[in-house]
Amino acid sequence: MRAYRTLLRLFPASFRLEYGEEMCAVFAQRRRDAPGVVATAWLWLETLGDVLANALRVHTDLLRQDLRYTARTLRRAPGFAATAILVAALGVAATTATFSITDYVLIRPLPFADAHRLVMLWQGDSSGTYRNEVSPANYRDWKAMSTSFEAMATYRNVSMNVVGDGDPEQLSAVSVTADLLPMLGRAPRLGRSFTEVDVREGAPGTALLSHGLWTTRFGADPGVVGRSVLLNGEPHTVIGVMPADFRFPSRETQIWTGLRFAEDDFQDRTDTYHYVVAKRKRDVSLDQARAEMRVVSAQLERAHPQDNVKVVTMVVPLRDHVSGQARMLLKALFGAALCVLLIASTNLASLLIARGAFRRKELAVRTALGAGRERLVRQLMTESLVLAACGGALGVMLAAAAVPLVTRLVPNALPIAAVPPVDFRVLGFAALVTVLTGVGFGVMPALRASNDTGAAGLREGTRAGSRSERLRSSLVIAEVTASVVLLVAAGLLIRALWRVQNVDPGFRAEGVLTLRTTLPLPRYEKVQTRHDYYSRVLDEVRALPGVSHAAFTTGLPMVVRGLIWGVELPGEPQEPGAAKPVSLRYVTLGLFDALGIPLRGGRDVHPSDTREAPFVAVVSESFVRRHWPGQDPLGRQFKVAFQDRTVVGVVGDVRVRGLERPSEPQVYLPLSAGRRQLDHRLRPQGPGDPVSRRRRGARPRRPPDHRARRSSAADLRRPDARGGRRRRYGPALGPGARARGLRRRGHPPGRHRHPRAARVHGVPPPAGDRREDGAGSAPGGHPEAHPEAGRRAGRGRRGGRPGARLWHRQDAASAPGRRESG
Amino acid sequence: MPHPRSDALALLPLPLATFHILLALADEDRHGYGIILEVAARTDGALRLSAGTLYRSIQRMLEEGLIVEVRERPAPELDDERRRYYRITSFGAVVARAEARRLTELVKLARAAGFAPGRA
Repeated sequence: MRAYRTLLRLFPASFRLEYGEEMCAVFAQRRRDAPGVVATAWLWLETLGDVLANALRVHTDLLRQDLRYTARTLRRAPGFAATAILVAALGVAATTATFSITDYVLIRPLPFADAHRLVMLWQGDSSGTYRNEVSPANYRDWKAMSTSFEAMATYRNVSMNVVGDGDPEQLSAVSVTADLLPMLGRAPRLGRSFTEVDVREGAPGTALLSHGLWTTRFGADPGVVGRSVLLNGEPHTVIGVMPADFRFPSRETQIWTGLRFAEDDFQDRTDTYHYVVAKRKRDVSLDQARAEMRVVSAQLERAHPQDNVKVVTMVVPLRDHVSGQARMLLKALFGAALCVLLIASTNLASLLIARGAFRRKELAVRTALGAGRERLVRQLMTESLVLAACGGALGVMLAAAAVPLVTRLVPNALPIAAVPPVDFRVLGFAALVTVLTGVGFGVMPALRASNDTGAAGLREGTRAGSRSERLRSSLVIAEVTASVVLLVAAGLLIRALWRVQNVDPGFRAEGVLTLRTTLPLPRYEKVQTRHDYYSRVLDEVRALPGVSHAAFTTGLPMVVRGLIWGVELPGEPQEPGAAKPVSLRYVTLGLFDALGIPLRGGRDVHPSDTREAPFVAVVSESFVRRHWPGQDPLGRQFKVAFQDRTVVGVVGDVRVRGLERPSEPQVYLPLSAGRRQLDHRLRPQGPGDPVSRRRRGARPRRPPDHRARRSSAADLRRPDARGGRRRRYGPALGPGARARGLRRRGHPPGRHRHPRAARVHGVPPPAGDRREDGAGSAPGGHPEAHPEAGRRAGRGRRGGRPGARLWHRQDAASAPGRRESG
Repeated sequence: MPHPRSDALALLPLPLATFHILLALADEDRHGYGIILEVAARTDGALRLSAGTLYRSIQRMLEEGLIVEVRERPAPELDDERRRYYRITSFGAVVARAEARRLTELVKLARAAGFAPGRA
């Protein structure tokens, strides 16, 4: 009989209390009537099914009753109902929206086969302070020497001009090895994947189109497969079209080409420009893979002590390819949303307690009519859950509307769409939050109200006791705690924002327009041809009304583009890998004026600083402090980019890595002494908004033979215009905030406000597009002759990345495919 | 409380267990197990109500006013104190009659269609 009584606990307590004893009596009678063991066993089976089925029905009956009662109750108090629903909706919406972003970015599997086994391999230092892309030689050796991976592929980012069949267009392209797509488990929706034939040295060019490019440029023509397109002047055969949901390595990739290695590519292990993706074998853990790659790294260091000194292999899950900053921000945001939910719940609980005081008489009457405490608690909990459910439904709608507003929190480093989907996963979370909210804010008031339904409740003017006061106090404490946490977090954020806003970037963004140019090859292969183009553009732009300054540079401030080099000073011993880094940019005369970078001493670069003249450089103040503290730097020499250079000028420091991070000292080299393709930067002067002025046509005219497509001009204050991906994570660093911050930094008004000033700039094409002068000349980014220059230039002609680097530090926030040069 | 006929019609069709319980209580008050036995006897054992079905039905029938619990109990030597006795109400009788009429009409229709024995 004990077993039967236990079984009866499946019924609601009120039902059990009413009929439990009688049911036990009936069951006992039937047991007595059952002849034999078999009949008894059958009785038990029958009883089990009976209890399970009828307990569920009784619960359903009660729920139906409670819902009807709740509907009547809430109809009588529409103000209360609306308030409670809105408060619940706010909490659920905040939590659901932040969950959808956090889950999308940090948790849910990437849309690839066995995504949890995909890893990225980086070259890093033993301390783990930085990580680099990988040299082709190291990639080849890793692939050959490791056994932890069932597949390993590599890719690199290139920028490609496509001409013919419409307007010239600059595409975000990625060159991939043939094994990449099979490893990701994805295949084209039209056509075929790359094969080993496509990626052989000397093979004809092949390309896979993204769905977006296929739609926009080729009109979704299914016959596009087999057509030839000119990419950077080289014919490529379209071999297929990828599905719409395929994004790799980032959502901005428009076209994939076959990556064709040449034997020369494997000569220099310090030239790191490839991203490596691998898939762990099923029976190999991440730690095992890391351990093996440590051994492989050590072997390669012994085999190549000059190039691979202190180089270790970092194995990072592809899913974790999110910067620590973004991760922290998302977690903080989710935590803040949970605090909002807690506050909403405590507010709702307070509302229900207050309402409970009004309902004491009603509840006392119900108790007097025979309703037990369980029945009252159940009824009150139903009310709470109904309110929470309505709030949850409204909250999901609000969250769905809010999610697109916070898509800037989705790093474009990840191969996922920009907008998280509101799918069953998110809805399930919202439902869970709703139930927890309903229970959370409903249970205490329900227990409290059901405790206070005695005869005293029927008397007018009775007051709640000390228990009620304690409950209210607890709720207030919880709410205050959550509020304090939110306030402190918000305060810290505002303080951090304030501090960042008060950091002098070292340049002025107001009134600066930037413009990016990419010159097509082979038309602009000759250095002189490029220089002529740049000079012509600058002359024409400077002649425009309203333009005060115009100049070219290889990289904007706060954009992880441009070069990072190690410098050598006369008399200082250099150990491999220990060169002190500087930020290196090639510029033309007038850049410092255009950007408001103060000249502290000496002179600007000048067109007369050619390769026939002595090599010169302009350095930043921090460079002087680091290398020649308290000394006059003018006339001193140092070696960078393979040449000894004489300091002819000193300028103010620029925060090249952003406002929150320390930056390397800067070195500026004259374009006229280099071989590099450059951006241009103009500064129109005239009334009105520089952007709108630009739209009205204050742009350099395109030479008749210029088939390259410029990317659109943009205001330098806009972070997107500067490619500052890291900024996207920081709402504190939004364009408005930054503009305000720049205005607050205490510059003289005359220097800050340039209502008539606007500048335009451009950034260089990615290194893979750059081509240098003929054989024997230096690669892009290395303007002077160098023993290795010839083969690097040769790589450049094959579409490889000509820019070798002595030193490059990976920006932790940057993405595969997003970082250019270094 | 008098129940209008419309209330009775609103309850139709009755669940099978409810109708049989009303029939079992038609001639005398019975406790739960007595109802089970009576229903089984009336149906020649074809319908044997389980305890769960019985008491869930009784709960609903009490709420709907079809039956009431009665305080009169048999002699102590014949009684079990855990037992509770139920009686059909006049409204319950009205509802039972309405259900019987509904079933009769249904049988007539079935008979007319040749699905039931007898003359149409």
